Amino acid sequence: MTADIHLDQKRDTGAVEAAAVSQIATKLRVNDLNLYYGKFQAINNVTMEIPERQVTAFIGPSGCGKSTLIRCFNRIHDLYEGIRTEGQILLDEHDIYDSGIDLNLLRSRVGMVFQKPTPFPMSVFDNVAFGIRLYEKLSARDLEERVEWALRKAALWNEVKDKLKQSGQALSGGQQQRLCIARTIAVKPEVILLDEPTSALDPISTGYIEDLINELKKDYTIVIVTHNMQQAARISDITAFMYLGSLIECDDTTKIFTQPKESRTEDYITGRYG
Amino acid sequence: MDIKQTPLYRRRKRLNQLVMVLCQLATVIGFVFLFAILFTLVTKGIGSISPSTFVERTRMNGGGLGNAIWGTFLMTCAATVIGTVIGVAAGTWLAEYSGKGLMAKVIRFINDILLSAPSIIIGLFIYAVVVVPMGNFSGWAGVLALTVIIVPVVIRSTEDMLRLIPNSLREAAAALGAHRWWIIVRVCYSGARAGIMTGILLGFARISGETAPLLFTSLNSNQWNFFDLGSEMANLPMTIYQNMTINAFIPDLVALAWGGALILTAAILILNIAARYFSRQRS
Repeated sequence: MTADIHLDQKRDTGAVEAAAVSQIATKLRVNDLNLYYGKFQAINNVTMEIPERQVTAFIGPSGCGKSTLIRCFNRIHDLYEGIRTEGQILLDEHDIYDSGIDLNLLRSRVGMVFQKPTPFPMSVFDNVAFGIRLYEKLSARDLEERVEWALRKAALWNEVKDKLKQSGQALSGGQQQRLCIARTIAVKPEVILLDEPTSALDPISTGYIEDLINELKKDYTIVIVTHNMQQAARISDITAFMYLGSLIECDDTTKIFTQPKESRTEDYITGRYG
Repeated sequence: MDIKQTPLYRRRKRLNQLVMVLCQLATVIGFVFLFAILFTLVTKGIGSISPSTFVERTRMNGGGLGNAIWGTFLMTCAATVIGTVIGVAAGTWLAEYSGKGLMAKVIRFINDILLSAPSIIIGLFIYAVVVVPMGNFSGWAGVLALTVIIVPVVIRSTEDMLRLIPNSLREAAAALGAHRWWIIVRVCYSGARAGIMTGILLGFARISGETAPLLFTSLNSNQWNFFDLGSEMANLPMTIYQNMTINAFIPDLVALAWGGALILTAAILILNIAARYFSRQRS
């Protein structure tokens, strides 16, 4: 499978129609990306591809730029001043840093779940409906159905179906995080970015969310940042190792964890530093 | 317990107890004043309150406080509405849009000065820029003076409350593709609602008892004036003040002033309790 991804890079897009069936398309393509916080360079010449409907995990020590990198994929950095990027990120071969791009539309296609659960100060139902209402005018009935669909998909429905009107902030931490995932999938994005989604959760909630990620990759392209290497090994198809703002190695997860090409990757995985 | 208590630990414990007692003492002193005020108002004011107090206008003898209650209610509400619109908008700009610009620093500084400006100065200011050019005292001038007093209160509480909303919530809403103004309206305001409401109510309570700024602006009147904000407007604080000073030789009017003070205090108290109750219900 990974071989295909590397082939994919070389292939002429129009030419290989027949191969496309077995091939995994590239959803996000990063070309020579550099990012600066003021004068500090946080991302150093990263070039990589993120395959469609696969789980791509980013690992690396704290401060290595993995969160910074995935926060480029929905341009959430644009909320703040003093952050400058160079290079390209192509979503379905269109540059998201193009001047004509509508940021809000981009973010409705590339959803994000953060490290700390971020339920809005409103009811469980309104939390999930928030994003839907931004882009679709659904009848009350259709909206209810969509909210239920998203909550079921996030494996939360059974726990909250009787408290849809209660505040989302009254749920437990694990439930809040699944609520945030439900809110993200409710708008039916194409890519879901998960920035250490389980680091604040207990093992049971973490298990729920890992199962969920496995389930979600059937329909969505998943990008996850994690500090937990076992987690990366368990759930991802591709693993990217970053160190000091550079992408050291990106390959099939089993390869990264069994026979990494780079000694730095091996050192990190075996716990020699990081 | 046979765990040894070291001298350091014992000292810390004693200090803890001492500070605790001081805190309780401070609370008690605060309560004593509050209840003394309420007790005085109730004992002196309750006797003069009857249904006619609310429906009759002020007269030199007898009469009620109806026109003054209405005038205060109308001017306070109008100033609160105007002040809320301006104050929430300005507070939102300061918290959400201004960044670290010089403009924001200047506005914040001026706002802090306004917040502590003596209200009589504000009355004089409106007198100079509105009353004198227009040639007469008016309800509008009163409303304006009260607005100038409530605006900084609302600005401050709106900005402070919006700053308490964590950035992670704004990011999360932006990550769903929401526009900035929508994030503020739907996410930030719903989180800050209770705090902003409290600020507005505090402002409301403060201006409903202001006397000095009305002295030069709406003045007072003993006639019924329902909606004509273009002319003088009766109000409770001025009525209390006049009845207690220049009309102090008429016992009935003094009694009525105590009644008015009680009504004003009770109204604010009830409003505050109601607001607390409702904001708790919602969250």
